[in-house]
Amino acid sequence: MASGGRGYTIKEYVTVTTNQRGFLNSPWDFFCSLKLTMFLLITLAITSIIGTIIPQGTPAREYLQQISPAKFKLYQALGFFDMYHSWWFVLLLCLLTINLIACSIKRLPHIWKAITQPVTVLDSGLEKSLGNVVSFKAPGEPEKLQKQVAAFLTAEFAEPVATESDGTRHLFARKAPWCRLSVYFVHLSVIVIFIGALVGSFFGYKGFVTIMEGDSIAKVAARSGKEVDLGFSVRCEKFSVSLYDSGAPREFRSILTVLENGKPVPGYEHVPVIVNEPLTYKGITFYQSSYGNAGEYRFLVTDRDGRNAVPVTVPADGEATLPDGSGVHVLETTPDIAPYSPGLSGPAANLEIHAPGGGSERVVVYANHPELNIEHAKQHGTGPVIHFKGEEKRMYTGLQVAKDPGVGIVWLGCLLMVVGIFAAFFLSHRRVWVRIQHGTVTMGGNASKNQAAFQHFFDALADKLARECSGGKR
Amino acid sequence: MTSSLLFNATTIAYLASMVVFFAFLATRNKGIGLTGSLLAYAGFAAQTLAIALRWKESYDIGYGHAPLSNLYESVVFFSWTIILIYMFIELKYKYRIVGAFVVPFAFLGMSWAQLGMQSGIEPLVPALQSNWLLYHVVTCFLGYAAFAVACGISIMYLVKARSEEGGGGAAGGLMSMFPPIRVLDDLNYRAIMIGFPLLTLGIITGAAWANYAWGTYWSWDPKETWSLIVWFIYAAFLHARFTRGWVGKRAAWLSIIGFAATIFCYLGVNLFLSGLHSYGSSKM
Repeated sequence: MASGGRGYTIKEYVTVTTNQRGFLNSPWDFFCSLKLTMFLLITLAITSIIGTIIPQGTPAREYLQQISPAKFKLYQALGFFDMYHSWWFVLLLCLLTINLIACSIKRLPHIWKAITQPVTVLDSGLEKSLGNVVSFKAPGEPEKLQKQVAAFLTAEFAEPVATESDGTRHLFARKAPWCRLSVYFVHLSVIVIFIGALVGSFFGYKGFVTIMEGDSIAKVAARSGKEVDLGFSVRCEKFSVSLYDSGAPREFRSILTVLENGKPVPGYEHVPVIVNEPLTYKGITFYQSSYGNAGEYRFLVTDRDGRNAVPVTVPADGEATLPDGSGVHVLETTPDIAPYSPGLSGPAANLEIHAPGGGSERVVVYANHPELNIEHAKQHGTGPVIHFKGEEKRMYTGLQVAKDPGVGIVWLGCLLMVVGIFAAFFLSHRRVWVRIQHGTVTMGGNASKNQAAFQHFFDALADKLARECSGGKR
Repeated sequence: MTSSLLFNATTIAYLASMVVFFAFLATRNKGIGLTGSLLAYAGFAAQTLAIALRWKESYDIGYGHAPLSNLYESVVFFSWTIILIYMFIELKYKYRIVGAFVVPFAFLGMSWAQLGMQSGIEPLVPALQSNWLLYHVVTCFLGYAAFAVACGISIMYLVKARSEEGGGGAAGGLMSMFPPIRVLDDLNYRAIMIGFPLLTLGIITGAAWANYAWGTYWSWDPKETWSLIVWFIYAAFLHARFTRGWVGKRAAWLSIIGFAATIFCYLGVNLFLSGLHSYGSSKM
């Protein structure tokens, strides 16, 4: 069916598509039709684009900032904000599934018969239908000739089946008949993958959890909004980030320990979890996903003459209020300022201060250089003097949590699909018939694919057989 | 000898091959056709060496990863796979003229990479530090390259089909160089037969990697969705061969649209849409 653009030999496909009774006559014909397959594949391809342009699953107010309320209502009615789970997209997928099941049911019996009950006799009708037929005279004892041909086919192609009727001897040999089933395995694999996905969505969950260094958790928030009890707990011993010289991140590493009834589980203590190396325990997998600092920075705030000293603590992920009412948050800190400001040393913090009346300014304050902090305050308006006193880092790790019992089924489907596609494309069901009648040997053959290559093979085989039969006579 | 020098030589070889192939179209001189092929092979040899050298250079500077990690490296690899698939088709089916419609794709890729992109070797961000990177990228790009070759052949098909409808005439001389449309249709199918299983493997290795890195094998991320769109189009192409009214020109158009979708999946998604495949940006 591959070579020769127009010469498709698979009759069953043609009979379906040339059926002009129309789709409406019978729902069965409708679901068996390859035109429906074409329509569904192309429609799925086109409609899938929508969800790549419109962000999926974003909160409503974010959409409303971008589009008008009327458009929002329309898109919402059409399910465009979660389109891959919308009723019409799921319907398209269901139709595709029904379509490929129906096509398979319609064609499989025919193929199955061709495999299990092959035509073993080369009669004149079959001979006319074959593209490759060769005849030559081979005088001699028919029985001896048959044995010779059988041995030849066994050695050069495949072991033949012999049939005798009315003094005519037939031999039939074939290779890879089962490859005709491969396309149905591909169809089956799609269904297997869908089943795996359904199992995952019914019996599994995806969630997210953050764990402070030193803390442990036993519950995670699932994406569905539910809180899931893990049945054990996970402690984050430590989280660290390492960088390349260029400043780009090199590794995000959480050290995790699994606890059962508060006790570490042997083999699951201090397990390093990095991106691409998750931790799995009892079917639940933890993936490194994000991180943050929930520690705090300490400052001492005074008047310009050094009186009314007030300690101020700024959380790493938030803001604090200074005595004069302005807000402050920390942009970044360093344990040693020397590499950035030659001549200075010790810790420093870069702050952003928001004045109560609006407006903000950035300032660097030091731990070892109080005189610079005072000088800065004097030069800049009315603000207080701020001294950096140090920080407490407290990292937390953010982990994706997933339980998906369907994933094995999905991989099984994928394996089936890949093997099926390779078999469907690159294996060919090849058949050779030989008839011995009245001192004439007639050989015919065909292949389900790659006709050009088969013709080449067939011609060489026929040549060799003719030579061998005449040689046997001598 | 550095890899970047060799990449420049590769670009020049593909340019020369393309020009010679165009001359081949015009003159129909067999010697010129052979020269075009040999230039493409020479470029391929230089590029193979250059990719290997770049791989080694990345180890020398301490990063140590396959040269498949950013846009520059992926475009270079794409060019390489296009020529690889072209060489396979040419050696197997003996239609040299296909080179005139395929080598330009490889040249375009190389010249864009060499002239318009940062070519520095960068360290791998954590998300890409996985063996899946190699399997996923190699299978995807071999698939893409087969689709590029199929697209070139489909363009030839449409040009030839049009000239045959017009009765041959003046263009008959040039058109006689082209394989018969029956053969072009078949070559198109064969190229997609190579590409489709590879794309399928590419999507599956991507899903396996996503499951391993994020715990979700499919999340309808734009890149994933577009790869599925491409898969749908070529699945339609494969079924078109058994469907009345879909053989010939429509199949050729499906192949061209399929390649356009492939290019959008590869580049458009990164340029216009947001997602997880932002070649080398620092994502976790």
